[in-house]
Amino acid sequence: KEINVREALNSALDEEMSADPKVFLMGEEVGEYQGAYKISKGLLEKYGPERVLDTPITEAGFTGIGVGAAYYGLKPIVEFMTFNFSMQAIDHIINSAAKSNYMSAGQISVPIVFRGPNGAAAGVGAQHSHCYAAWYASCPGLKVLSPYSSEDARGLLKAAIRDPDPVVFLENELLYGESFPVSDEVLDSSFCIPIGKAKIEREGKDVTITAFSKMVGYALKAAETLEKEGISAEVINLRSIRPLDRATINSSVRKTGRLVTVEEGFPQHGVGAEICTSVVEDSFGYLDAPVERITGADVPMPYAANLERMAVPQVNSLLFFYC
Amino acid sequence: DSKPLTIETSMPYGSHNCEAPSRSVETTSEELFSFFQDMAKMRRMEIAADSLYKAKLIRGFCHLYDGQEAVAVGMEAAITKKDSIITAYRDHCTFIGRGGSLFELFSELMGRHTGCSKGKGGSMHFYRKEAGFYGGHGIVGAQIPLGCGLAFAQKYSKDENVAFTLYGDGAANQGQLFEALNIAALWDLPAILVCENNHYGMGTAEWRSAKSHSYYKRGDYAPGLKVDGMDALAVKQACKFAKEHALKNGPIILEMDTYRYHGHSMSDPGSTYRTRDEISGVRQERDPVERIRKLLLAHDIATEKELKDIEKEVRKEVDQAIAQAKESPMPEPSELFTNVYVKGLGTEAFGADRKEVRVKLP
Repeated sequence: KEINVREALNSALDEEMSADPKVFLMGEEVGEYQGAYKISKGLLEKYGPERVLDTPITEAGFTGIGVGAAYYGLKPIVEFMTFNFSMQAIDHIINSAAKSNYMSAGQISVPIVFRGPNGAAAGVGAQHSHCYAAWYASCPGLKVLSPYSSEDARGLLKAAIRDPDPVVFLENELLYGESFPVSDEVLDSSFCIPIGKAKIEREGKDVTITAFSKMVGYALKAAETLEKEGISAEVINLRSIRPLDRATINSSVRKTGRLVTVEEGFPQHGVGAEICTSVVEDSFGYLDAPVERITGADVPMPYAANLERMAVPQVNSLLFFYC
Repeated sequence: DSKPLTIETSMPYGSHNCEAPSRSVETTSEELFSFFQDMAKMRRMEIAADSLYKAKLIRGFCHLYDGQEAVAVGMEAAITKKDSIITAYRDHCTFIGRGGSLFELFSELMGRHTGCSKGKGGSMHFYRKEAGFYGGHGIVGAQIPLGCGLAFAQKYSKDENVAFTLYGDGAANQGQLFEALNIAALWDLPAILVCENNHYGMGTAEWRSAKSHSYYKRGDYAPGLKVDGMDALAVKQACKFAKEHALKNGPIILEMDTYRYHGHSMSDPGSTYRTRDEISGVRQERDPVERIRKLLLAHDIATEKELKDIEKEVRKEVDQAIAQAKESPMPEPSELFTNVYVKGLGTEAFGADRKEVRVKLP
């Protein structure tokens, strides 16, 4: 059986709202419009306007309200139409949500999920194409998840909603319509993926490729090409950007001796930079070659199709180190 | 024995989009007595904090509340601990008002393990969730949407309680106030926005930062009251009115006309942007503790000597709490890594030295 990522997210929201009356969804166009990307389709009809709340286009206000509701013990899911707009509310994500449990020595926990599409879509220009994985993942107190497949989307979103800490959940607009095969286990309402564990999507012995979100698909395609050339690539789907599964990454690199990191975000201080550091710290002696970082170009996202294509990794970019 | 009294507030309420409550406030001799005790304690506590800061026993930022005590005390008299309160960084007296102890307070100020945030919060981050106090927030204005979120959660949970969000006249110009108020009004949230107008946002006088400094009118569609924030009874009456209003009709703004005697924080002598005459004038004419002292004497509830004795008593309490806090230990080094998460999931965390200190978060 196959379901697409949109259905996976929708069913996860539905099941968790059904299981726990403290869970509610708020954001722009999540209700009557059925979600800007239809992730919340049908939820207003099922759970009513008390639990599916359309907000004004005022991120600082509604995000702060979500965090305050979490202080009180509710479990809000705050949808950003895209994570680009979360910049209007980043103070509440960082200062109000991530730090409260620590500052209060455990008195004020913040069980909240901030979710929505992140990173580049297609042809929407610089202000709508930014990947915030590295930003949020640099902040202690937050957990940052990024699903690739339908299995990831279902299992990680359910884990995020059940988790007692603030979780930033980075989706990808271009994956919403993509279908993936799913097992009966994945479709079971008790299905959950542990936070902080990466998934080895494909085993290999010559080179490790780490990726998250849409780039996992590219890494798998690149691995197929490499296989034809007699190179066995291991593809790690990070799933969790924070906590970062250093153990899985390092044990893979110790086996393969080579590392390529892939992400759509900017190179400087990026997720790849952190992974590279982790390998240098823990497995330096095992490296047979310098680490390669594949990232978005170090420029704001251009609009023109040809330039945009040059600004984000393509499957071929993952192969340049070999070619 | 407690006897009922009715006392007229000396200033009328200003009102916007609503009928102001009566100036006749019902109280009792016991309540007035407790106002005096509580405010005397708060006053003494803040003065002691000033000395501890100057003795370098308190670090970083420290914002004192002396002058504004009537707001904390009058508000508590109108509500219960099931109602929520959230405030900014000038939070010492709010914590005491919610039932926090002097020992936890001074311990926190001096970064001791026995502090209300185990020494991890500091002056600006006091909490007492069991009594509905949600902090203690350091970013100007951010507590306003958070407070409206508490109100949302109370309504969602069908608790018949309200959330009081305190902010200063400086924060009153923040955009997120208007964002949160708009949503609170759309959703009829039981949110009470309390603007503690002490007339200076740090060193900027209200007229230099606000085109309209009638803060109680700035909610437009939301009703507002202007309250003599130096009069605990006027504050009590307004908060009672606001709670009833908010439960029925949604958000309301209370502008408390108040004054801080200290500078904005300990690094501010508080005298470059206002005159010493202005400060001493307020002390002489409007001081919230002296107002209650006069009432207690005028109604023969207490004698001068009894009130002096109370002041001596609170002084002793404060000194004892400080001595006890000084003897308390600093947090254990291992506390550096606790409470980052509720459920750390074995996340690895590093200290400053990435080779030596690496722990699994609980």
